[in-house]
Amino acid sequence: MPDSRRPRQVFKNLAAKIAAIPMILTATVVFVGGTLWTVLYSFTDSKLLPRENFVGLAQYERLWSSSKWIISIQNLFIYGVCMLVLSFVIGFVLAALLDQKIRFENTFRTIFLYPFALSFIVTGLVWQWILNPQFGIQGVVRDLGWENFTFDPLYNPDIVIYGILFAGLWQSTGLVMCLMLAGLRGIDEDIWKAARVDGIPMWKTYLFIVIPMMRPVLITTLVIVATGIVKVYDLVVAQTGGGPGIASEVPAKYVYDAMFLSQNLGQGFAASTMMLLAVIIVIVPWAYLEFGGRKRHG
Amino acid sequence: MASTAIDYAGAPAEPLPQELAGPRGARPRRLLSRRNIFLYGTLTVVAIYYLLPLYVMVVTSLKGMPEIRVGNIFAPPLEITFEPWVKAWSSACTGLNCDGLSRGFWNSVRITVPSVILSIAIASINGYALANWRFKGANTFFTILIVGAFIPYQVMLYPIVIILREMGIYGTLTGLVLVHTVFGMPILTLLFRNYFASVPEELFKAARVDGAGFWGIYFKIMLPMSLPIFVVAIILQVTGIWNDFLFGVVYTKPDVYPMTVQLNNIVNATQGVKEYNVNMAATIITGLVPLIVYFASGKLFVRGIAAGAVKG
Amino acid sequence: MGAVSVRNLCLNFGEVEVLKNLNLDIEEGEFLVLLGSSGCGKSTLLNCIAGLLDITDGQIFIKGRNVTWEQPKDRGIGMVFQSYALYPQMTVEGNLAFGLKNARVPKDEIARRVARAAEILHIEPLLKRKPAQLSGGQRQRVAIGRALVRDVDVFLFDEPLSNLDAKLRAELRVEIKRLHQQLENTTMIYVTHDQIEAMTLADRIAIMRSGAIQQLADPATIYNKPVNKYVAGFIGSPSINFIDGQLEIGSDPVFRAGETKISLARYQFSGNGPKPGAVTFGIRPEHIFIEKAASDQPFQAEVDVEVIEPMGADTLVWSRFNGSELRFRVDGQHPVKKGDRVMVGFDPARASVFDAQTEMRL
Ligand SMILES: Nc1ncnc2c1ncn2[C@@H]1O[C@H](COP(=O)(O)OP(=O)(O)OP(=O)(O)O)[C@@H](O)[C@H]1O
Ligand SMILES: [Mg+2]
Repeated sequence: MPDSRRPRQVFKNLAAKIAAIPMILTATVVFVGGTLWTVLYSFTDSKLLPRENFVGLAQYERLWSSSKWIISIQNLFIYGVCMLVLSFVIGFVLAALLDQKIRFENTFRTIFLYPFALSFIVTGLVWQWILNPQFGIQGVVRDLGWENFTFDPLYNPDIVIYGILFAGLWQSTGLVMCLMLAGLRGIDEDIWKAARVDGIPMWKTYLFIVIPMMRPVLITTLVIVATGIVKVYDLVVAQTGGGPGIASEVPAKYVYDAMFLSQNLGQGFAASTMMLLAVIIVIVPWAYLEFGGRKRHG
Repeated sequence: MASTAIDYAGAPAEPLPQELAGPRGARPRRLLSRRNIFLYGTLTVVAIYYLLPLYVMVVTSLKGMPEIRVGNIFAPPLEITFEPWVKAWSSACTGLNCDGLSRGFWNSVRITVPSVILSIAIASINGYALANWRFKGANTFFTILIVGAFIPYQVMLYPIVIILREMGIYGTLTGLVLVHTVFGMPILTLLFRNYFASVPEELFKAARVDGAGFWGIYFKIMLPMSLPIFVVAIILQVTGIWNDFLFGVVYTKPDVYPMTVQLNNIVNATQGVKEYNVNMAATIITGLVPLIVYFASGKLFVRGIAAGAVKG
Repeated sequence: MGAVSVRNLCLNFGEVEVLKNLNLDIEEGEFLVLLGSSGCGKSTLLNCIAGLLDITDGQIFIKGRNVTWEQPKDRGIGMVFQSYALYPQMTVEGNLAFGLKNARVPKDEIARRVARAAEILHIEPLLKRKPAQLSGGQRQRVAIGRALVRDVDVFLFDEPLSNLDAKLRAELRVEIKRLHQQLENTTMIYVTHDQIEAMTLADRIAIMRSGAIQQLADPATIYNKPVNKYVAGFIGSPSINFIDGQLEIGSDPVFRAGETKISLARYQFSGNGPKPGAVTFGIRPEHIFIEKAASDQPFQAEVDVEVIEPMGADTLVWSRFNGSELRFRVDGQHPVKKGDRVMVGFDPARASVFDAQTEMRL
């Protein structure tokens, strides 16, 4: 390329380039730079302050031998699987019910979605109160005469994560429903008519025709819900604070505690790098399916 | 004659052979058909499940502590008292200070307002530059930005602490505003880029022929015609930033904590007697702003989350 | 009673009356086309016949059986949609067989019917493909096949060709006609807003306007003897010329517009015969001849050419006759230009005269 054209290349669209500086800085410095920095420093023995004393995989070894981390991972796994399955099933069923040309559709949709507008802190505190063994559901049922009724998920280490799941589902199923409803509305009306003329029962139409057609919406929802699961933090802080003991710890809380409470930056970096890895495992296959295939078509 | 002439009303010229017996009109449908009972029954039960926490919050916040200790959380208050609300607002203790949620509320206002304005201003200009002034490399940065939206925040928490400390704004409201602007950027930029890309190209070209430049077109043409998308963005950001906890707790100091952090500190404070009615009043007050935004915005809220969900 | 009978059908969407007391009888083996402008209720009528919409009042009979309350699958109908409505995740074979499997038709019977439909529609090589791998024309064939395997006597088509390009449309049009001839005693109801499709396919055409049938007749009658002004204007391209004037009855009925008188001695008046008063006289552009040919016609006049639109094979000429616009066609080779004065002529017996008030044919 001749040299004389170069300056014009730089000055072309100059205003646009200047306007895009915040985006460029965010993308490069914070997202790429920050991520690489954290991954790099996860191989150091940073404590109160980051320092460049590389110790190989020592932080990861410590991480995986910490019972708090193991419990965090187990909890995340249980929470994640239950959350995905239940929010999808419930969200889809609700969306399908709302799609039956019912009356008061807007009212129902508004009710199902409002918890999504609330913060996880509010959600966690409400459910902490409802699940309070003395005054909450357990107390009420006992007052009704069932003296031995036990329902105290927040005080039972074995099932505490399900108590959090309860609140999490309450908060975010409405979102899944809303996305699915948008997906259902996107299905060509004629498909339903054709299925009715063919005499295909409604449940079979959903199962074999409509759900397969909703693949893009399902995948998008899956990605949104899954990334939300990995980030779950505030809910646990508000509802149980990780307790009883360490029974309801989750990875995001492990990271925060290590970095800002126990002055153990290296552990925090290693744990957050593991979280990143988990997200990559979710995202990469999706991105490949979603965009890898498209590129081939040009 | 092969044809049958038909008049305007559509009745055949020849009379019908005979009045025909059998079903006529709409299929008979009972109001209480099994389908309807199942449909509305399920929806109603689920709706009750969804509304119950809100109800419990309100009811609890209106009771006195003695009534709570003997009563049932689902029972309506025997004696309505607004004491808990007053206390939650002005004198509840967080362990550090005892001036109630009001401090957190005003902090949240001082965080949310500039964050919303700044993040939307920057993202809309980004989106505009990306959609209408494609320059070399733009899409690379945009892709990084979108991929970055999926990175867990925990990975970037500490590097941002360092950046803010270097800039001298760690622990201040300014720093937090900057953080919200950065993390709001992917979704908002996507939102605006897609919106501006749908603006007819002719409009843009005509303006360029008329001699308008980058900023001229943005302010004179794009801004006025994209009010709805700005409303969607505002809804998205107000609720998102108001509800934030993690950034608030990481990047601010106790005297500038946002409301969510303060609420959590009040409710989960370890010392002192638990005052459940005050806690619930505080919880409602904190949830009030996003709830009002939600109920006032109606369909636009749904559009906002759908926009957030649908990729470009 | 015919294959399909619709009696006093009313359909409201909330407050809006879409179909108003509509009656229709369709003979067995007939090809009936529902023609009308957009939004006049053609699809609605078809969906009512199929049972996909709950009607407000009236009855529907298919093959003499009252099916007013029956489910679509029990009505003995097959339906083809404009958007094909194929099940995208299933192969062509799966699309054809899915309904039958649900009706618990024996396997070998399914195979036989699928094979037959595939043969009739020439889609055998496509059976293992998914709809996304087919062209528009092929997709519509599969959609027709899905109706075909149901082994029914009544087919409903809702604008099946409007998503296809002009060439494919012409091809598939012939194919549908052939299919109708091949399947004896099969009744077809076909919705379109394309006149050519209607004219070429139909045994009878029903012209609809805002929820009511205006005229139900064979294509020739619709074209030559439109029952009212709307039908006359709707059918034919370029559309019919209307000239306003008076009907006078002396020894013979005469149409008078300004100074010009046109004798209607050979015009066949319908029903009650001629009645003096204000009328509209309609003559189709293709029934107007010029110069030499015009002199053979019972009526002649001289007009000035205002605009010409050459269209290759012929040229459309716009002129003015007694204040009303007059369009006619001349051979493409014929030299006419703006400002020319030409002699035109036509046969009033081929015209249509409408009452100016009621717009009904006289
Ligand atoms: N679900 C509905 N609710 C309310 N009005 C409707 C509904 N479906 C159709 N209509 C109205 O009924 C009228 C007839 O619609 P229909 O679809 O039958 O028209 P059509 O003749 O098939 O037109 P097109 O040629 O455009 O397909 C239209 O005015 C339409 O607006
Ligand atoms: Mg239609």
